[in-house]
Parts: sequence; structure tokens; C-alpha cells
Amino acid sequence: MTEKLLEIRDLHVMYRTDDDNIFALNGVNLSVEKGKTIGLVGETGAGKTTTALSIMRLLPDKVGIIRQGEIFLEGRNLRDLSEADMRLLRGNNVSMIFQDPMTSLNPTHTVGEQIGEVVKLHYPELRSDAVEAKVDEMMEMVGIPAERKTEYPHQFSGGMKQRIVIAIALACNPKLLLADEPTTALDVTIQAQVLKMMNELKEKFNTSMILITHDLGVVAQICDWVGIMYAGEVIEHGTVEDIFEGERHHPYTIGLFGSIPDMTKKTERLNPIEGLMPDPSSVPPGCRFSERCPHRMDICSTDSPEVIIRGTHQIKCHLFSEPREGVCLAEEKLVKGAAS
Amino acid sequence: MNSPLIETKNLKKYFHTARGPLHAVDDIDVAINKGETLGMVGESGCGKSTFGRLLLRLIEPTGGKVLFKGENILEYGQKKMKDLRKEMQIIFQDPFSSLNPRMTVSEIIAEPIRVAGMIRKENDLLERVFELMSIVGLAERFVNTYPHELDGGRRQRIGVARALALNPEFIVCDEPVSALDVSIQAQILNLMMDLQASMGLTYLFITHDLSVVKHISDNIAVMYLGQCVELAPTDDLFENPAHPYTKALLASIPVPSLKHRKKLDVIQGEVTSPINPKPGCRFAPRCPRTMPECLDSVPGLKEISPGHFVSCVLFR
Amino acid sequence: MTNGNAAPGANGFAGSTQILASARIHQYKKKSQVKTIWLRLKKNRLAMFGLVVFMIMMGVVLSADLYMSYEDQAISQNLSQRFRPPSEEHLLGTDQFGRDLLARVVYGGRISLFVGLATICVSLTAGSVIGASAAYYGGKTDNILMRIMDVFLAVPNMLMAITLVAALGTSIFNLILAMGISQTPRMSRIVRSSVLSIIGQDYIEAARACGTSDARIIFRHILPNAMGPILVQVTQTVARSVITIASLSFIGLGISEPTPEWGSMLSEAKGQLRYHPFLAVAPGVAIVMSVMSLTLLGDGLRDAMDPRLKN
Repeated sequence: MTEKLLEIRDLHVMYRTDDDNIFALNGVNLSVEKGKTIGLVGETGAGKTTTALSIMRLLPDKVGIIRQGEIFLEGRNLRDLSEADMRLLRGNNVSMIFQDPMTSLNPTHTVGEQIGEVVKLHYPELRSDAVEAKVDEMMEMVGIPAERKTEYPHQFSGGMKQRIVIAIALACNPKLLLADEPTTALDVTIQAQVLKMMNELKEKFNTSMILITHDLGVVAQICDWVGIMYAGEVIEHGTVEDIFEGERHHPYTIGLFGSIPDMTKKTERLNPIEGLMPDPSSVPPGCRFSERCPHRMDICSTDSPEVIIRGTHQIKCHLFSEPREGVCLAEEKLVKGAAS
Repeated sequence: MNSPLIETKNLKKYFHTARGPLHAVDDIDVAINKGETLGMVGESGCGKSTFGRLLLRLIEPTGGKVLFKGENILEYGQKKMKDLRKEMQIIFQDPFSSLNPRMTVSEIIAEPIRVAGMIRKENDLLERVFELMSIVGLAERFVNTYPHELDGGRRQRIGVARALALNPEFIVCDEPVSALDVSIQAQILNLMMDLQASMGLTYLFITHDLSVVKHISDNIAVMYLGQCVELAPTDDLFENPAHPYTKALLASIPVPSLKHRKKLDVIQGEVTSPINPKPGCRFAPRCPRTMPECLDSVPGLKEISPGHFVSCVLFR
Repeated sequence: MTNGNAAPGANGFAGSTQILASARIHQYKKKSQVKTIWLRLKKNRLAMFGLVVFMIMMGVVLSADLYMSYEDQAISQNLSQRFRPPSEEHLLGTDQFGRDLLARVVYGGRISLFVGLATICVSLTAGSVIGASAAYYGGKTDNILMRIMDVFLAVPNMLMAITLVAALGTSIFNLILAMGISQTPRMSRIVRSSVLSIIGQDYIEAARACGTSDARIIFRHILPNAMGPILVQVTQTVARSVITIASLSFIGLGISEPTPEWGSMLSEAKGQLRYHPFLAVAPGVAIVMSVMSLTLLGDGLRDAMDPRLKN
């Protein structure tokens, strides 16, 4: 069993604004093994970006508050570290890349300077020619000729900017890479290039990665594990085989798959999930998906479901808990639903 | 066979830039029959959004014709154009910038009707607003809310209601679901398909998402740097893609299934500049099957099987 | 929370079509946008402080005639009462001509306010017309209009005002005109950029797709949305006007004696600074208070109108 590089336990995060308190994360449990990629899937407001920012401790000052929970990176509890210690970790042990390549790079510095900055920060003892050599190496690795390191971000296209962002993120060979929708803003052909490159780099450096996305296709292509988030919780977690080929799923996961027009089959109508994600400023008791769930039971509105574990596959849903009498009718119901 | 509801002949739009003319849309011939959906796909800079606006004359074309019910609308004067607007409408991509933040839902939906003077009596106008809200699935209680109080999916429904207000026959849908979450996308797509069936609407559906376009379109036009490289019925396009770009596009899409987990087939390079393009095929620099003839000229769309057109030297 | 997306076709209770739509629509309260802005403004303490101070000053100044006499207290000289310290009769004391200082400050405020507001009317109207036309029609029109504005902008504000007043004469009307003209270029740029940012929005294109006339687009769609930043600019411009008028009067080009005006009062107090500094403090404080309260209010308004900017 491979070691866990990152472990998040029972993370609760709140955003305090003038008008309301937004309960962004309500008990997130997540782990990442060394060298593996986990896809964190969910829709807007599920809490994926908040999770990533919490790991980096980059939540907006005074507004974002970690209420409870632990985050362990290589055994160290990140919540115990001082800001100075965190700064040593960022870029060095754990890096993050963001969605919008247009605004991720500083327009007033050359790309070579921006890649070099990260190297100099974490390896201050390196001489400048060693730093330059590293910059050249990183640029070639992401497929951009090293001569272009004196150019400015606006001289590059979106796809190339994202490669530069990746070069900056991987320059110090971090153990963990957090990628927040890195290819969403890119054209599909450029996305394919960037994903392929990320895959290769990942393998070369044995970097673990948390890939945040709403695109199940991307998850199927490059992830080993999948975590599905809804309303601030991880409601399903498993290997990529569990999620794409397993028979049992959380009703939300089934809904997600049902909402995607399938390229390989002809479908007449899509099966979207009714309704909307719940208001994050209130956390009522019970399962947060129950209002929209086609299989909801009475217990769902009162009790928060337990996480049911079957091997590598974890589902947080009452439908999978041991019934009080005999046969688990709920499972039959669910399996039928998936096949129809 | 009826004549198409709307068609274009040699439609062009060039923009002036300091470095030369930008060929946004170059010589496009397409036709859409009544009640059908033409999907238009392509990546950034292919000209699909510009094309949609050219059809509505929201941007004035540089050349060519736009024939609506057989008449060239580019020759219409102001008055005729205003009347025509009742028959052709547009749904926008961004549910945030497509609605006036200072108008309520009912004011936004009523506005086209007011402008066209279609219903004069206030009460009848409001009845129509309620009717439209019901058609698109917006609960009555939102009638006096402002757009910023609602989520993306509901805002997009307002956009659909506004487009339907004048009972148009043809709607240009410019990436109407791209900015929405997957589950909301599905709701809106279903809505649009239901409306098409019940009201006999004709759509030009512009998107970069091939799985969405497969779902809703009867025919698909594939655009690259302002040119239409392939035009085919939906199933035919996916089963027998002809143009190398179409093939590359289809191969790049990550499919949510492990069975289809493949080595991502990747086209090298980036899109070339649409400013002062060289003669010949614009995809040639990136094409895995380039030949010397490709740089000389581009063959027009040729029919290789019923309804399936390709513009490529390989199919001469 | 109930499902807000009713299925197509279903629409509430069966009898609803009997009730007139225009009655039905009133069941649903329209959340007033002005009220929302006001609630946000209320939370901002500094802005409320500015608002309150400004309101008080306005109140005092506008109601002056009720409790004071212009002639007796502000104008007529009473040389036996020179340089009196603050007392029951003269709350702020008297100046070098025995005139009541408080009365002069209050009546001086009237001039400042009146001229300030009149000036903003001139510059707002002219600036809006020029800026909106430049933004809406673009191209050559934009170029020509903005280059003309650039010419005016090249001349420092005060210098422009001074030149115009010196040329036209020092009546209040000319003063308003001069200051209005000097403020117009900046106002036109603000209006232009505000309008430009709105024209880029899809809802303007949607309006054009329905065949909306240019006029209706400008008045129904552009102006209501452009008002926000313009309103903020208005408060700042009025604040600046107060200083400009005072400055002009200080150098003798503004309001002439014996009409009280803060700037001219400062000018006179200059000579008395050694032994009677308070004569300068009174109008000085008045200027500071009015400018500060307007600026705080303006900042607060900007945050209240677009809270996203603050976050």
C-alpha cells in the first residue's frame, strides 16, 4: 500500500462576509498517495477550490477561516505551521496552478524571470548561471524553446501561457501539485497537448497531483483516483475504475453522468438533476443532496449519512448503509436506476 | 424539398487591423432548413461567433449574401430590418453580461415586445411575460427580481424567454450553455430541444463542445480560422470524419469512459494568425497529411456522400 | 428550498389566469435597488459620518435666513466691535470689521454650495453629452471630441478658470461658466469610459437585436448603468469646486467683497494672521469639513454601488 502524501481530515471552512457566513467545506476527508493523481470533481460551489486553497493556506485573510480539521502533508500538520514556514513549503513542496492563464502571469516580467524567481526563492545559494540553466531546462520540458525566456507573457498564446505556469509550478520539483481547472479555459486541441504534457511530467517527477475539474472526460484520461464533491463534502471517493466502471454510486454521481451528453451513444434526452445546489449560508441537518435526490428517504432529512466503505470505494449515502431488516432494497433500486 | 429557411452565400467578414485585414469569416456557404439545428463548432478564432452575428446583421458583412426565406437581407433598409428582427433572435453565452442589471426579469422579457410595439396594452403584455416565463420554466415569483439575485441557469432561462418574446422563427444560440454547470447545462439543453419541437424553431447552435453539439444538432459545420472545412449530418460527421482537422478535433476530446482511455492524439503547434492569411489551406501548417498542393489553394466544399461536404485537397 | 424551476406549462394555481396580470405582478415585491445601495452605505461608518456632516452643513446654510440676518450680521460693519472673542452674541467672535464671523461663514457656505452645484450642472451636462457621444458613435467622432477635450485638459484647471474669469469678468455667472468649462474635460472622460464599458456588454447587443433605437438604448440601457461611477465623480467634483472657488476668491478673482466667501475670508485673514489667527481658522475649517465630508460620502457611494470592487 503506497504511502499517503497528503491527508485531509474533517476539514470545515467558512467564509465570513459582510452579509452572510458561507459554509464552504463541511467535513472534507481526502487523501493523496505518492505519485498518484486524484481528480476532484464537482460543480460550482462544491468547495473544490476552497479545498486547494486551504491546503496552501491561501484562503483570503480574515474572510476565509478554517474552523476545524487537520491537513497533513508528509506527516506534518499544516495548520500548525507559521506563515514563514508555509512560505517555504509553497512552490517547493506543494505548488498550485490556477484556471485562468491570462491572469496567472505578471505582465511586467519576462517569463524567464518568473520561472527563475521561484528557483531563486527556494534555492538562494544557487549561482545565477545555475538558475538560468534550470529555467532553460524547465522551458524545454514544457515544450517552449529556451530562447523565448526573454519574452513577455502577452507574446504567448493561452496554451503556452499555461505551459509556463506549469513550468513555474514544477520548477522546484514539488511533491504535490494542485491544479485548479488548468485546461478549462483552453481549446480542446490545446487541452489535449497540455494534458499529455502534464501526464509526462507527472511520470517523470513522480509528482502527486490533485486535479480539480468539472470535466469527467479529463478525469477518465489522467486520474488514478476520483473524489466527487457536493456542497462542501466528498460524497464519493474511489479509484477511477470504481467510479467509471463500478455499479454502485451516489445518486449525485449518477446524476452527473446522466447530465453529460455521451459522445459514444445516441441519447434522446439528457437526465439532468432537478433543482440547484443548496444555499451555502445554511447547513441544515441531514444529507445535503436529499432535496434533489430521486431516491430520498425520511432518514435523509434528519441524519447526516455515514461513509460506507467497500474496499477502495467510499460512498456517503444512507442508501448504502446496512438496513435494519435484511435485504438492502435500496441497492437494488440504485442498480436498476444506473442501468436504465 | 423545401428551400432552406436561412442560407449564406460567400459570406465574408474582414476586420481592419494595423497589420492588415483580419479574415474572421471567409467565404461561408451554409443552409439551414426550417425546424432543424445546424451546429457550428470550432476553436477560438475560428469565426463562429462572428458568423452568428453576421446572420443577424449585428455586424455588417464585408461581402456575400444572407438569404432569409429566399431574400437577401443585406439589401434591406432600416424599416425592413426592424421588422425582420422579429423573426430572428439571439441567445448569448454569458448569463451575467447578457442581462441589464438594472431591469427586473419581467422588464427584460417585456422589452423586445415593447420596442416592436407588438402588444400595446400593459395587462396583455404582462400576461405574455408570465406565459414566456412559464414556457422556459421560470417560477412566477421571480417576475420582479433582478438578474444578480439569480443563478446562472435561471439567468440563461431569462435569455431564452427574451429570445422567444417576439415569436421568432430562427434563433442564433451563441454558446448558450458553455458558462453553466454540467447539470444545469443538461436542463437548458433539454429545454431548448423541447422548445424546438413544440414551436418549430430553427437554430444555429454555436459551441466548442462537441458532445453538446452532437446531442442537439441535425447537421454540423466545422470551422477553422474563418473557413468551413467540413459540413455533414451529425451522425455521419462523428462516424466518418473526413477532414484531418475534424479527425484531430474528435481525437482530442477526453471521453468520460475508461474503455476509451487512449493515448491522447495530439495535434502539434498552435493556430496560425488570421491576419493576412497566406493562400491555401489554413490548417496545412499543423496537418499530419499536408501535401505541396495544400499551400496553393483551398478547394471549396465538395460533396463526398449525401449531405457530407469537405474542403480538402485529399478529397479532390 | 422548493424547486424554483417549474416544468414548462405548469404555472401555479388553476384560477390564476382569471386574475389580471397587472394585479398579479404586484404580489411579488420588487427589491428596490436604491434601498439596497442605501443599506450598504449605512454599514460604512466613515461614509455615514460624511453624509451626516454634509447634511448638517447644508441644513445650517440653507436655513440661515431663519435665524440670521444677512445685512446686519454678515455685511454691515461695526467698528466698535472689532476682533471680539467668541461670546453669546457672536458665537465665533467678530472679524476686523466687526462683522459676525459665524454669519459670514454660514453665508459664505451658501455661495460655495450654490456655485458648486451650478458648476456641476454645467460640467455634467456638457461632459455627458460629449462623453456619451464619443463612446457611442466611436471612430472619428470619438477621436475629434476627445482630442478637443485633451486640449482643454492640457491647461491646468485653476489656470483655465483664472483665464476665463479674467477674460469674462468676475460675476457669479461667469465664475460658474469658467469653472464648468474647466471641469468638463474630466467629466467627459469619466462618462466616456463608463459608457464604453457598458457598450461592451451583451445586453446592449441584445437590445440592438430587437431593433431598439439608439435613443432608447442610451436612455434605457446605458445611462442607468453608467450613473454609478458618474455619481461618485459628481461628489468629488463638487468637493473640488469648493476648493477652486475658494482659491479664485483668495486671489481676488472670485467673489468680490463684501459678499462673504470662504476663500476671500482667508485672503483677508492673511493680513491678521499674527495677532488674530482665528479669523483664518473659521473659514479654513469650513472648507476642510465640506470637502472631507463630500469625499467620504463619494467613496462610500462607490463601495455601496459596486461592492465587488471592495472585495
